[in-house]
Amino acid sequence: MAEAPEETVVHDELKFANDSKMTARDVSVYYGAKKAVDRVSIDVDSHFVTAFIGPSGCGKSTFLRCFNRMNDTIDIARVEGDIQLDGENIYDTRMDVVQLRARVGMVFQKPNPFPKSIYENIAYGPRIHGIADSKSDMDRIVETSLTRAGLWNEVKDRLDESGTALSGGQQQRLCIARAIAVDPEVILMDEPCSALDPIATAKVEELIDELRGRYAIVIVTHNMQQAARVSQRTAFFHLGNLVEYGPTEEIFTNPRADRTRDYITGRFG
Amino acid sequence: MSSAVPQDEQIGRGPTAWHSEAMRRRVRRRYARERRFRALGLLALTIAAGFLAFLLITIVSDGWRGFQRAEVAVEVDFDPARLGLSEADLQGPNAQAMLNRANFRALVRDAASEQYGSATMLSNGAWLSVRDEVRGDPELLGQTKRLWLVAAPYVDLLAKGHIDFDMPPERRGVSAEQISDYRQLRSADAVRLGFNSGFLRKANSTNSELAGVWGAFVGSVLTILVTLAISFPIGVMTAIYLEEYAPKNRVTDIIEVSINNLAAVPSIIFGLLGLAVFLNFFGMPRSAPVVGGLTLALMTLPVIVISARVALQSVPPSIKDAALGIGASRLQVITHHVLPVALPGILTGTIIGISRALGETAPLLLIGMRAFVSDIPGGVTQPATVLPVQIFLWSDEVGRGFVEKTSAAIMVLLAVLLAMNGVAIYLRNKFERRW
Amino acid sequence: MSLGGFALVVLVLAIASYAAARMRAAAFGRADGARLHSRPVYHGTWAFVLALLPALLLVSVWSIIGGNIVASQTLAQLPEAARPAAGIARETFLGELRAVVDGTIAAAFDPNVAAAVPIYRQTQSQWTLLIGGLAILLALIGGGYAWMHSKADFRARTNVERIATILLAVASLVAILTTFGIVLSLLYESLEFFSRVSPLEFIFGTHWSPQTAIRSDQVGSTGAFGAVPLFWGTIFIGAVIAMLVAIPLGLMSAIYLTQYARPGARKVLKPLLEILAGVPTVVYGYFAALTVAPAVRDFAMSIGIAGASSESALAAGSVMGIMIIPFISSMADDSLSAVPGAMRDGSLAMGATPSETIKRVLVPAALPGIVGGVLLAVSRAIGETMIVVMAAGQAANLTANPLESVTTVTAQIVQLLTGDQEFDSAKTLSAFALGLVLFIVTLLLNIYALAVVKRYREAYE
Repeated sequence: MAEAPEETVVHDELKFANDSKMTARDVSVYYGAKKAVDRVSIDVDSHFVTAFIGPSGCGKSTFLRCFNRMNDTIDIARVEGDIQLDGENIYDTRMDVVQLRARVGMVFQKPNPFPKSIYENIAYGPRIHGIADSKSDMDRIVETSLTRAGLWNEVKDRLDESGTALSGGQQQRLCIARAIAVDPEVILMDEPCSALDPIATAKVEELIDELRGRYAIVIVTHNMQQAARVSQRTAFFHLGNLVEYGPTEEIFTNPRADRTRDYITGRFG
Repeated sequence: MSSAVPQDEQIGRGPTAWHSEAMRRRVRRRYARERRFRALGLLALTIAAGFLAFLLITIVSDGWRGFQRAEVAVEVDFDPARLGLSEADLQGPNAQAMLNRANFRALVRDAASEQYGSATMLSNGAWLSVRDEVRGDPELLGQTKRLWLVAAPYVDLLAKGHIDFDMPPERRGVSAEQISDYRQLRSADAVRLGFNSGFLRKANSTNSELAGVWGAFVGSVLTILVTLAISFPIGVMTAIYLEEYAPKNRVTDIIEVSINNLAAVPSIIFGLLGLAVFLNFFGMPRSAPVVGGLTLALMTLPVIVISARVALQSVPPSIKDAALGIGASRLQVITHHVLPVALPGILTGTIIGISRALGETAPLLLIGMRAFVSDIPGGVTQPATVLPVQIFLWSDEVGRGFVEKTSAAIMVLLAVLLAMNGVAIYLRNKFERRW
Repeated sequence: MSLGGFALVVLVLAIASYAAARMRAAAFGRADGARLHSRPVYHGTWAFVLALLPALLLVSVWSIIGGNIVASQTLAQLPEAARPAAGIARETFLGELRAVVDGTIAAAFDPNVAAAVPIYRQTQSQWTLLIGGLAILLALIGGGYAWMHSKADFRARTNVERIATILLAVASLVAILTTFGIVLSLLYESLEFFSRVSPLEFIFGTHWSPQTAIRSDQVGSTGAFGAVPLFWGTIFIGAVIAMLVAIPLGLMSAIYLTQYARPGARKVLKPLLEILAGVPTVVYGYFAALTVAPAVRDFAMSIGIAGASSESALAAGSVMGIMIIPFISSMADDSLSAVPGAMRDGSLAMGATPSETIKRVLVPAALPGIVGGVLLAVSRAIGETMIVVMAAGQAANLTANPLESVTTVTAQIVQLLTGDQEFDSAKTLSAFALGLVLFIVTLLLNIYALAVVKRYREAYE
């Protein structure tokens, strides 16, 4: 793409944010020769839920995966630009990707519990990172994580059962609990409800709302209602560009960019 | 939802101290483990590849000598009187019989004795090539010609440098006399290492310097032709039946189970089957390629059926539907549309199955294909052996000269297998289609 | 005329029937203006099939069983004194007889054989004439029938297709016949064996020395058939030593190939393993016997183990393990690839290193598939013959020392059935009993392993 990207519309409230947990500057992602994300700059605030919306193929998930360097696992993917977590460049050679991913957790589109017991699913992260000192310490971490994910009461009597035996919604909350267990600072959610039924979706949305404030949360969704329900900040992506970024209410009631308005009102997507 | 946990309570014991020295050490240890694990994986592959390389190098470094043989120069006087042959005999209708009757053995022995004092440095079969000379050129009769004749095994060993002179004489394998004989030949420039053409032209022999693989090679070809002639049509027909015709019933299930199980039956069991059924029950001839081919065909059949089924399954149903839609019958759809598309896949599977059969030894031992066969087999019912069995037989021979022959025969076998697999890969690449 | 000549005549008749029926059908089409149900080529094919198939069936059945009938009739015509005894003598006699008749050898050594040659020739030619004549008759009837019945609305194509279907179905029965052939021949000979040696002794006895003596008064002439040392040797080499080599190497190779190697490297390394799988077992056996076994012995000597055998379980087992690597590797490769990518992503996103992900998530998830693959590999290893024949030795030792020589079921089968033997001696029959055990064990292992693998595949579909 030779021409300059269209100017991103950033609402004033967000322009001078100084409480940013993560900042991205001029981030581009290439899949081989194809440019999937084009020079995106954004600040993620630690106190709010930020939603990335846009039609499928707009690069929002690809961009999200840059925040914990999951694009590293794809051989042909290449990331340019600068992403910082608390002022540290996460693509710096001194940054340890293992620690980064513990600090920036991720929840995937399809629930992916490990084929282990519920207890072991939660204990996995603390164990590999050496967070728990003792069995009782681990027990407490498991209980706290499951409680925070709103799953404790449902599974406390069957912690030895396989995580894959749970229902879809429970599995997704188990995955959120698993991410919480290593005490991350940021949680990335890549369309976490797209594989769930409406009731399970409601529960997960409720959970996201409860987790707000404790963790910086970034959620990718193609469901605009969901973005409106759970987020305080919304970024609209289109064709690899960040078109508009502002408070959720503003974006949905008074979008400033034409493309955002067209998308919100359902003209494309 | 019951979120009873107070807002400020952190998981565990407060925020994880990612930057603490202890945590840094831990991460370093984890990365070291990661590197070790990765290196282990590479090591495993290296061991496997290294073994393969070691095997090939050992065999080639032993085996290339098998394509060479020591030859001794002998002035041969083709004296008609001594041979009991006249020019007229060779022109006449009984030339072959006359040649066979002539005493070339004595002629050669005497010629060598005259020149070197004895004929021990020549192979027992050296005179055969002298006779071939005369057969090829009757004019030689009455003339004298310097010929390079096959040397005795000890000359071969010495010429190839296999004898370690530091060993005590009694363990060297050659006597002091033989060594001095050899040195004498050397100084007379009457010994050389030549290409062992007999190795690729002759059949087995009890003399290592005369033994060849051609007989076993022909036996292998005959056996494999029988295998192919039986297993390919039956295998493809079975696959077509199972994929396109078979109703879902008990019999079909039994056929499927049989095929899957036969694919896993150890090859030696097929040898027992061949022995009990073909030899003892039907009274077919022992050691014959036809029985070996039948036995291997039963062994190869499941491989062909399974790969042919996979090939048939990969033909998109849209092609079949299109042909059926314009009124083609089921048989026409198969012969006109399905088979041509599936054929490369079927052939690839067949070659893989056949090359496995070509390298198979154990079942053939049981049906008597380990017999000593010094003739090149002329048909599928005549006694024969095959390349792998020849390798097995030679590996058991005590003669020092058979070691390099065994390796050389392995080289021939591997070359044939490599060529077959090359064809399979070529077919796969050339006709690979993506739907 | 030989049987082949008669077959040729039948073929010519069939082709003639094809041409005749085809032309007749074409003539119908032209003359009556009636619409033919099938194209003339199908009428022709139908006639061809009718003329050829029954005759061909007769000829091929005869060529399979004919030899035995002619042979026994010939023997029956010989005077009592000239008749060979049953068993090996009869085999040799017939072998020589056939060789003379075929012209493979110029003259018979045994005068009785020489006497039998003309009788054999005469019997054979009588039968050939009878069968050949019958075949030609069948061909004529078949072709004529098809010709007479061909008319415009004859459904020749339907009939041809039906025949084709039947042929295909018959071909697929060969697999069943083979299975039955194996089971019946093994069972039959084994029952014969167990009528002489108690099955209990065979299965639980610990002394194996089947060398039945040549003279009946020789010491140890009875032979001992306790197969436990063989079973142990088979398990020791195939399921213990070979697997100790193959499982770690195969599994780590698969892990490296699927998880670490770049696509370019994988393109080179995978065929390398396939080459390892394509090397004939006799080559491995030769290598084990000539290179590995002496190395193992020298090593044992150098660390002070006197009397180390030059044929050792370790040499055979480790080479067999190398041979099995590609097998385990490809099974593990399949199993690891079947684990959903989401599992791997999930673990990596937790901050696990790739090796932690492999060890704690991927391998446990793929374990049923890997175990199934290992069981298949064991079944293949215990059925492997040439390596153990060439490198493990023939001594039936009941030992756990890998430096000693042990023998296996397959090595004994080869040992017992090669060389000169009386066919129905206990020694020979015991090979079939061993084969039966091997067959049953590998079959059970395979069925179980395939069920495990299948259940595992379904879990991730």
